[in-house]
Amino acid sequence: MIISVASGKGGTGKTTVSINLAASLKRPLKLLDCDVEEPNVHLFIKPGELVSRTESTFVPVIDETRCNGCRKCAELCEFNALAVIGEKVLVFPELCHSCEGCQMICPEQAVKDGHRELGTIETGTWNHITLSYGRLRVGEAMSPPLISRVQSIIEPADLVIIDAPPGTSCPAIKAMKVSDFVLLVTEPTPFGLHDLVLTVEAVKKLSIPCGLVINRADIGNEDVYRYARKEGLPILMEIPFSRTIAEIYSQGGLLVDQSPEWRIRFCRLFDSIAETAVLGEVSQ
Amino acid sequence: MKELVVISGKGGTGKTSLTAAFAALAENHLLCDTDVDAADLHLLLAPRIVETHNFIGGSKAAIIAEDCSGCGLCTELCRFAAISDDFVVDPSECEGCGVCRAFCPEEAVDFQPRKCGEWFSSTTRFGPLVHARLGIGEENSGKLVSLIRKQAQFLAEQSGLELIVTDGPPGIGCPVIASITGATALLIVIEPTVSGLHDMQRVAELAGHFKIPAMVCINKYDLNEEMSSVIELETERRKLMTVGRIPFDPAFTRAMVKGETIIEYDPSAQLVETVSTTWNRIRSSEFMTKKEARILPIMK
Repeated sequence: MIISVASGKGGTGKTTVSINLAASLKRPLKLLDCDVEEPNVHLFIKPGELVSRTESTFVPVIDETRCNGCRKCAELCEFNALAVIGEKVLVFPELCHSCEGCQMICPEQAVKDGHRELGTIETGTWNHITLSYGRLRVGEAMSPPLISRVQSIIEPADLVIIDAPPGTSCPAIKAMKVSDFVLLVTEPTPFGLHDLVLTVEAVKKLSIPCGLVINRADIGNEDVYRYARKEGLPILMEIPFSRTIAEIYSQGGLLVDQSPEWRIRFCRLFDSIAETAVLGEVSQ
Repeated sequence: MKELVVISGKGGTGKTSLTAAFAALAENHLLCDTDVDAADLHLLLAPRIVETHNFIGGSKAAIIAEDCSGCGLCTELCRFAAISDDFVVDPSECEGCGVCRAFCPEEAVDFQPRKCGEWFSSTTRFGPLVHARLGIGEENSGKLVSLIRKQAQFLAEQSGLELIVTDGPPGIGCPVIASITGATALLIVIEPTVSGLHDMQRVAELAGHFKIPAMVCINKYDLNEEMSSVIELETERRKLMTVGRIPFDPAFTRAMVKGETIIEYDPSAQLVETVSTTWNRIRSSEFMTKKEARILPIMK
């Protein structure tokens, strides 16, 4: 089963939920941090040793001895990554989406394989958890390709928890799309609700069952609860606001290490996810 | 004209609440929300929309079933695995590269630019606001960000406004890069947590990469004062100026629930003075007062 933890609004507690859920389950699982722009899981789940692998993507390199300046590549490219000035092809590698169309269309085989670094993938183990996370290269604009690479270690029988990036655009969709269940972490504030509604719409489009965790449940107002009732979204867990919780997080600590009570609560959360996911599958 | 962009790396550090407070304090300014994917500034500013425009983003492929001969070339050439074995394009996987269209021997691929969102020109009680809404699950957020920043600059110039205050998105990827390139200065809002420190370092590196001056504001600093000191040492090491230390205060949430900025919520609060001092430091910083400081034209 693949569970992704997502939110819409940033800073609602996605990472808190992912790490504590992963740590409380006493069985082998893969924890994938797909917030490759700002990965944080490794600050809490700290594998002793990490294996780092550099990931790159195709960009064109023009073999000037072969290129005759026919412009077919530049005409094909939807992303303005190739331009022809006079008879010379200029490549803007940062704009390339790696479709390889330029290479396919070139009649002179003048487009060679080049590479642009996307970032790195770090992998390690911590107790029962295999942690893998992407680190987007600073300056790299496109995060979805690196998110896919992080997800490539998923095997069919795995139990996987994905920490998704915030938002509802392509990086968040990429992270959530592979999952069997989306756990939406929100806070009961106007910002939290507004972004939750957008994320629920996105999850509906993907037809994945979902449920809510309401973090800082005692701040703000009742609107998130009203919305959940109206939409029939199950509230699977509530975490109160407390300075202690905020301080534990700020130091890189785990709630489940603080008291057995939290471990029980996160195990229960997992059980209700499993139940809801199965029910969701039946109803679909 | 000058443009200050508020970013954070990590989400939920208080960018929008602070930007709204600055909106209430600033003068002769225009506001812009470039978090087009999950915009929240309008919830505090209650804009009256004056103009709505469609945002036409990239094209996506669709295979016209009656023209398709089922040769399978498109499936083979698509590098994004967006075309199923029975020749249906999954729009959420389609990158919009047009390779299938270019090579289809039957010309059975429809490839049209689509409406990917909307952008708005509005008025608020704190001046004009340019904002947008990207369609759910859409791409090209960077393109939409560039578009609305250009519109904001145009509008500011036309109206003789000297300052653009922009509420940016979280992260360091495409919409953030589009939000900061060519800006006068950045304000990085961070929280004193291990994540806040880690994410601030990445976003500060990004600012350095694009050679944009940045200032730092530590929000909720008293949630972990030790970490706040570590962050301040780090900002010093990076030669960034810390312009504010704002305490954790539930008044931010209470103001949000009322749809108000913290400045309006309780004008006499100590917090308002702290936020105002922070704003004055930003306003009088060398970057924001430099005569030659000017926004560079935004690249497409």
